[in-house]
Amino acid sequence: MYKDDFVRQLNTKGGDRHQNVLQLDFTLIFILFALCMTGLFVLYSASEQSLYYVKRQATFMLIGFAGMLIVAQFPVRFWERWASLFYGSALIALVAVLFFGIEAKGATRWLNLGFSRFQPSEMAKIAVPMMVSAYLSRRIIPPKLKHVAGALLIVAIPAFLIIQQPDLGTSILVFASGFFVLFLAGLRKRYVAGAFIGSLAAAPLLWIYVMRDYQKQRVLTLLSPEDDKFGAGWNIIQSTTAIGSGGLSGKGWTEGTQSQLNFLPESHTDFIIAVLAEEFGLLGVIGLCGIYLLLIGYCMMIAKNAQSQFAQLLAASTSLTFFIYMFVNMSMVSGLLPVVGVPLPLVSYGGSAIVTLFFGFGILMAISSEPKRIGTWR
Amino acid sequence: MKYDNAISDPRKDQNIFNMRVLASTFILLGLTSVILFRYYDLQINRHLDYVTNSNKNRIHIRTVAPTRGLIFDRKGQLVADNKPSFTLNIIPESTEDLDALIAQLNGFLSISKKDLARFSKRVKRSNRFDPVPLKYNLTEQERAILAVNRHILAGTEVSAQLLRHYPQRELLTHTLGYVGRINDREIRKINPEQYRGTDFIGKIGLEKHYEHMLLGEVGKEQVETDARGRVMRVIGKKDPVAGKDLTLHIDSELQRVAIDALKGERGALVAIDVKTGGVLSMVSTPSYDPNLFTSGISQKQYDKLIQSPDRPLFNRALRGQYPPGSTVKPLFGLIGLQYDIFDMDYTISDPGYFFMEGIKRPWRDHNSDQGGHGNGVDLAEAIIESCDVFFYTIGVKMGIDLLSEQSAKFGLGGITGIDLPGEKYGIMPSKDWKKNKRRQGWFDGDTINMSIGQGFMLTTPLQLAVMSARIASRGVPLIPQLVKSINGKEVKPQLADTIIDYDDQYWDYVHQSMVDVVHSKKGTARGISKGLSYKLAGKTGTAQVISINEKEKYDSSKIAKNKWDHALFVAFAPADNPQIALGLIVENGEHGSRTAAPIARKVIDSYLSSYNTTPELPVTSVTTSEGI
Repeated sequence: MYKDDFVRQLNTKGGDRHQNVLQLDFTLIFILFALCMTGLFVLYSASEQSLYYVKRQATFMLIGFAGMLIVAQFPVRFWERWASLFYGSALIALVAVLFFGIEAKGATRWLNLGFSRFQPSEMAKIAVPMMVSAYLSRRIIPPKLKHVAGALLIVAIPAFLIIQQPDLGTSILVFASGFFVLFLAGLRKRYVAGAFIGSLAAAPLLWIYVMRDYQKQRVLTLLSPEDDKFGAGWNIIQSTTAIGSGGLSGKGWTEGTQSQLNFLPESHTDFIIAVLAEEFGLLGVIGLCGIYLLLIGYCMMIAKNAQSQFAQLLAASTSLTFFIYMFVNMSMVSGLLPVVGVPLPLVSYGGSAIVTLFFGFGILMAISSEPKRIGTWR
Repeated sequence: MKYDNAISDPRKDQNIFNMRVLASTFILLGLTSVILFRYYDLQINRHLDYVTNSNKNRIHIRTVAPTRGLIFDRKGQLVADNKPSFTLNIIPESTEDLDALIAQLNGFLSISKKDLARFSKRVKRSNRFDPVPLKYNLTEQERAILAVNRHILAGTEVSAQLLRHYPQRELLTHTLGYVGRINDREIRKINPEQYRGTDFIGKIGLEKHYEHMLLGEVGKEQVETDARGRVMRVIGKKDPVAGKDLTLHIDSELQRVAIDALKGERGALVAIDVKTGGVLSMVSTPSYDPNLFTSGISQKQYDKLIQSPDRPLFNRALRGQYPPGSTVKPLFGLIGLQYDIFDMDYTISDPGYFFMEGIKRPWRDHNSDQGGHGNGVDLAEAIIESCDVFFYTIGVKMGIDLLSEQSAKFGLGGITGIDLPGEKYGIMPSKDWKKNKRRQGWFDGDTINMSIGQGFMLTTPLQLAVMSARIASRGVPLIPQLVKSINGKEVKPQLADTIIDYDDQYWDYVHQSMVDVVHSKKGTARGISKGLSYKLAGKTGTAQVISINEKEKYDSSKIAKNKWDHALFVAFAPADNPQIALGLIVENGEHGSRTAAPIARKVIDSYLSSYNTTPELPVTSVTTSEGI
């Protein structure tokens, strides 16, 4: 049946399922456009007012946008059907990166494809929630213990492989994205509580067995940045200074002294929120959070109205993962969490993250464009 | 429970999912609140703290060195100015390999071990973004080499600063002094805020005495820097205030005449403007070039100066203390007249010896082997011919107390108050002085020795000049001053806190006697009278360096030159309207008359000839002939 659907879809280009030739969600596109424009606007100031980064970022956004439109044209069932293949490819890529990866800054995260470089952990960010959604949507809800175990295994393998790179931040995010699917699928409260307590218990184990010295250092730095003012503490001292000195309405676009005079490190990538906070103040931060919440809220609506359990789980978990990126980034820059390399989604400079995010929104757009079958579940 | 085994119950599943979405939404909103509260706390509650931090980050105070005040002589000739000097600095942060860079630089311009040692010491102390000096005083050629190779010398910079320069070199050294780098001892005394822009401070001489005026006020620039310490822009600034310019009473030409006249001798000369107390010339020979000290003198050069037996670093004019010899005779005679110890008709007979009751040993006159000055020697003759026995006689009559008290009014035995640091007091002995210093009572014999300027008495050349100026001005107690005006504003003549109220007839008498020292046939300084177009009043002096045994006779051919007598001369001119007064000494010059007096004449000649042809100075037309 799936196969038939797929073939029909290919042959008819969805003509019998959809009123439109193209699967488009203009509300989603509009919100994304607003977010991207805001991002470029801040990026221009954060990159010493050079158009170089802005142009490259805009190019990535256009590529991502095109990718999103293409992804949106595939029916949701296509992804459900081929989730395991996608997931399997991601695992192979993650294993390959450990052996053939390109090393940079003490971590091996990239695969060289000849024509382009490629980060398998980005693939995992999409593949893991997709696989868990597909796995659980065929199981009863709430999931039984063995299915929970199965889902956890699906999550744990890529998470483990990513830790080996090492990239603790991404690993935790990948793990979280899989866990969100479990949670949304009705994971029993006692398991949720157990996971919460378990993660607390796992912290010391992580500290002793998993975390590397530089990762431990980041946690210690968070607790007392003044101990090493010009070393490990520098980033966090400068970013909180940038944020704090912005005040209510900020110093004005391109007028932020912390960012323009290079006191703020990584100002165009991971720490870009500090530039926004310095130049546009608390009002700017609230405004950006507003756009994010609007986007996430709209995606949750898409999830709620989705036509299959798979679609619901995938849409909702993608939204929550998106939120977690934003939350972790804004927390680490403001000194609430240790510095882990998580960019601010669609605002921080960085091509692969943008393409991955647009890929996710492409699936969400596909879900939102599916015809409504009122009153039925599947 | 009912549906536990069912594949699924869509409605129930939907409910569970909806509940979870709702729960997620709450968690999500909760976490967003946490973030927003954090940003609210940073941006609103702690805003001002962070504004302060952010300003501390970017705003720095940079100091701008003021220009040190210039010094001119009385004719406007520059005697201390500031010349640009170039320094090679290295900014450690901007270099890739510091050692390799220094090795490379060493190939272009040799860097001394001393420079290297100082550099590595300072590199450790300073911020890595700050330039650290490697080599001072780059030559034009070195600067050109550095400029050409700039592209391969990343992290180097050449900075310019003003360095003190003394264009007259050794001519005014002992008066001007010099500036040098602030040392550890000085750094504790100064206010570091005032010296933030400069490394230099006046070490001796006028440069030290007027340091507070010459220094100027440091300028400040509030600059915005980036994280690497590079200056992006100037936010605010307070311009430096240049130090005040000084104009001296000193006349460089006169100074040149004096130094040339003293050439080859160890000696000192101080000439004072009788009307103002302004110091026209102040010379101590041998001298040295003060420019050696401004940029750091080499050990070799310093050793040469300090080991020279002629002691060039020693300022004889201010700090040399010599027995004044007969130069004090006019003063002592004047005191005796004023205090009625004897009168103008008083005479003695001089057999060449003076005996005091109860003491076997006689005091000899300088011409005792010719039978002394004979009968009827009055004060005038005693001054003109420098008769010792006359002064032995009146010395005992006057007593130490009177001599000591009155001589002090003429500047002897105390600091004159000149605007220079380190002035010596000399010794004007008194009963108290001997009790304190020698733990002995005062004997009349001490008075006798002192009455011809020997014994315990010591004076500096400056004191002799002051004495002679006060005699010339008939007792106006002007304090000698080097600085004539500050930034164009005249410095008023300063009077010492003393009153010299002597009768005019005694002044006339003593002045005439001193004129006759030069102009009469028997005067000891008659040798310099030839061709004089004005009346020159003077008094010769010869001071013993070693005491000669009673039976021996002083014979210079038998003693080493450094034990020869010192030759002294005090003078003022023109006698009827004194303009210039001076005191001078030539160490081991033997005779005041032959060695010292001609030097005085050259200086006075030069001054009076330029004085009479310089229109800017008021020429006093009232030249009343006192008629003696």
